[in-house]
Amino acid sequence: MIEHIELFFKSIFIDNMVFAVFLGMCSYLAVSKKVATAVGLGAAVIFVLAITVPLNWLLDQYLLQPGALVWLGPEFAEYDLSFLSFIMFIATIATMVQLVEIVVEKFSPSLYNSLGIFLPLIAVNCAILGGSLFMQSREIETLGLAVNYGISSGIGWFFSDFSYCSHS
Amino acid sequence: MGLLSKKDAKLITDPLADNNPITIQVLGICSALAITAELKASLVMGIAVLFVLGIGNVVISLMRNIIPSKIRIIVQLIVVASLVIIVDQVLKAFAYELSKTLSVFVGLIITNCIIMGRFEAFALGNGPWKAFLDGIGNALGYAVILLAVGFFRELLGSGTLFGIPVLGDPIEKTGLYSTGYENNGFMLMPPMALIIVGLIIWVQRSRNTTLIED
Repeated sequence: MIEHIELFFKSIFIDNMVFAVFLGMCSYLAVSKKVATAVGLGAAVIFVLAITVPLNWLLDQYLLQPGALVWLGPEFAEYDLSFLSFIMFIATIATMVQLVEIVVEKFSPSLYNSLGIFLPLIAVNCAILGGSLFMQSREIETLGLAVNYGISSGIGWFFSDFSYCSHS
Repeated sequence: MGLLSKKDAKLITDPLADNNPITIQVLGICSALAITAELKASLVMGIAVLFVLGIGNVVISLMRNIIPSKIRIIVQLIVVASLVIIVDQVLKAFAYELSKTLSVFVGLIITNCIIMGRFEAFALGNGPWKAFLDGIGNALGYAVILLAVGFFRELLGSGTLFGIPVLGDPIEKTGLYSTGYENNGFMLMPPMALIIVGLIIWVQRSRNTTLIED
């Protein structure tokens, strides 16, 4: 339990996606003019991160890590597919963003119109791919911690986005 | 230049100054901030982007008439991801220490706005030779800025260039350090990179006022 709380606050305030590792700045600089759009984009980023980081964790754990394919049979124990990480991560991210786009268009057409091109551009937002890559390089241990990391890095990005726009 | 026509040569020289991807188009800022604390890392990143953008532009340009418009972002992502995987594996094999310094930022070349930006703006509408030149030009423009920022950050932040001490030894107090000069530790932090890029943008637009947009 303690490690969940620790990871949550660390990802929001200490390893903040925008201020500590400088990821996801293009859309952050572009939509922070109006509070409503910034909130909408921030919510979309949190949602996409919360889904893609755990999904990519599952992919990494059962498919990509060295020795991960052992559940297929003991002769697969030496297989190391980690070189496919980039392409698998970006594929899940692109699919999830397409899904979010369909959902937003259906439930909130006004938000869809005000976000414009930036909704599909979440797919190439460094913060989203960065979240999955940091999850892999820091070797997050459980699925619960992966969900925690996804949500908290999204919230961290949202706070920085929001704090910037409420000035202007 | 006997090899390239005047228009083709312009595709390479324009992004070096007048249409620079970082200072004029304002793309690709993320990696410019994070890895420029060492000149060696900046150089390797520049070469990596040169490879990915040069070949990627050619591949997308060759496929431009058969990519359905609805899935073009996915196709572009797959092309870039495959090229970046190659770069990452080569780096891990031949320069392992450097790949640890660059850590996730090699993978983040996939989301580098310059690459997707040039695919959309140029490769999808032009032939392969022109696309190749445009890719090389923009990658060189990006590399020039990265090297400039890396030069100042490493020189003023650690007193070395490419890891070789040039200002003397800070512990023995030889060379410049004997006058009481100290390394500026703040230079090693990413915000200084953003300030240096801002200064470069300022100098560039003062010298060429046509570049100021309003």
